[in-house]
Amino acid sequence: MSPVDGLYRPGDSPVHRLRPQVKIVALVAFTCAIAATPREAVWAFGAYALLIAGLFALARVPLGWVLSRSLVESPFLVLALAFPFMVEGPAVHLGFLTVSEPGLWAGWNLLAKATLGVWAALVLAATTPIAGVLAGLSRLRCPEILLQITAFAIRYAHLTVAEVTQMRLARLARCDDPRFLWQAGALARSLGVVFIRSFERGERVWQAMAARGYTGRLPLDVGPAPAGALQWSAALAAPALAAGIAAWAAVFA
Amino acid sequence: MSDLALHIPVDVVNGPTSLAFALLAAIAVGACVVVSRRHLDERLVPLAGLATAFIFAAQMLNFPVAAGVSGHLLGGALAAALLGPWLGALCVTVVIVIQALLFADGAVTALGLNVMNMAVIAAFTGYGVIVLALKVLPRTRFGLGVAVFAAAVVSVVAASAGFVLQFWLGGEEVGQSFGAMAAAILGTHVLIGIGEGVITAGAVTAVAVARPDLVHALRGTPLARTAKESV
Repeated sequence: MSPVDGLYRPGDSPVHRLRPQVKIVALVAFTCAIAATPREAVWAFGAYALLIAGLFALARVPLGWVLSRSLVESPFLVLALAFPFMVEGPAVHLGFLTVSEPGLWAGWNLLAKATLGVWAALVLAATTPIAGVLAGLSRLRCPEILLQITAFAIRYAHLTVAEVTQMRLARLARCDDPRFLWQAGALARSLGVVFIRSFERGERVWQAMAARGYTGRLPLDVGPAPAGALQWSAALAAPALAAGIAAWAAVFA
Repeated sequence: MSDLALHIPVDVVNGPTSLAFALLAAIAVGACVVVSRRHLDERLVPLAGLATAFIFAAQMLNFPVAAGVSGHLLGGALAAALLGPWLGALCVTVVIVIQALLFADGAVTALGLNVMNMAVIAAFTGYGVIVLALKVLPRTRFGLGVAVFAAAVVSVVAASAGFVLQFWLGGEEVGQSFGAMAAAILGTHVLIGIGEGVITAGAVTAVAVARPDLVHALRGTPLARTAKESV
């Protein structure tokens, strides 16, 4: 699978069959609920994790895959680990370390929310093909011009990425042995070549489109289907539950 | 290979600040669409699409930073130098949105923050630095290389400074440690920026030698040849 295809895992589960627009709205709502939850409500985060794990199970996404993809947020974990030493407040002793209590909470807050946020986004990414996401965004009244550019970008990214890979192979085949910093020059020059090729291809594509009567509007090749009340209520069940938990935690904390 | 992402996750910056930056980002991206369309008319969609595909490919190239850690280009300065700040920021924005929705990289609630830092701030500061530097430096291959290198370093540091500002406005209260944290973040990004600068300068000069008309920052004039090259 090309790296441009996103993280989509083909399947036919109830989560896959939901319309993309309802999944996007559900993701945004769920993420807001996570963000609004007070950090002291540890049980609420556990409930969110169970909820998302249930969705992964329903969509037949293996947990190992989810964990390996969760690493994308690792740079921010450094910040989470630094908080206990940076934030001022009453000190607590953890073995030989003396850290601040609010700092520990801040670190936990970042760690828990970032991880849950990535997991929630993975539910959408794993169960929705790229064309579906674009159709969903179009249904949600996202500006057409941005969607058209995105559709073009994804379609041709397969080509540009293949070109970069091919040029690297060609270099290797000619006994180039790229190591550490010495490969920077060759890498940069091949990028330059790929840019010229992409731009020239863009002009050729435009000419071909103009020859076929293109005047600035594109008939999108994916007709977004409307979602019924059943779809909306099914997809919004998870974020509604999360919002309930967040409200409960905020009121009774 | 480790894919290090710099995209802000959920709730590092609080709701009101995220919302304010989302609004700012929407206005900025709207302005980018209007200006780019004025320059390109109906060519906007295919050309911006292909340029975005190129930025995508550029970000796929991983290069080793230290043992076990590899980085990839942010591409803000690269896009700005080749495409101009408006179209450049637009292309990087599309890449960031794709990464948030299809790769779970960066929270959907932090999209505005990420777009402001990596697309808008990076592209416009980068372009500003190139234009200023080219007024002082000779318009040769070397001069352009130095200008683009400086632009890439400044754009990466400016993008991280954008994050520091957002964190100051709506992040965790860290009191007196804020200075130390800001220094650590900016310092790391100077190093990242140097790597970004080397690759970006190489790529832009390679384009400038072959097709100077495609380098937006040169504004249609080819590079002056040095005595050695014209022999």
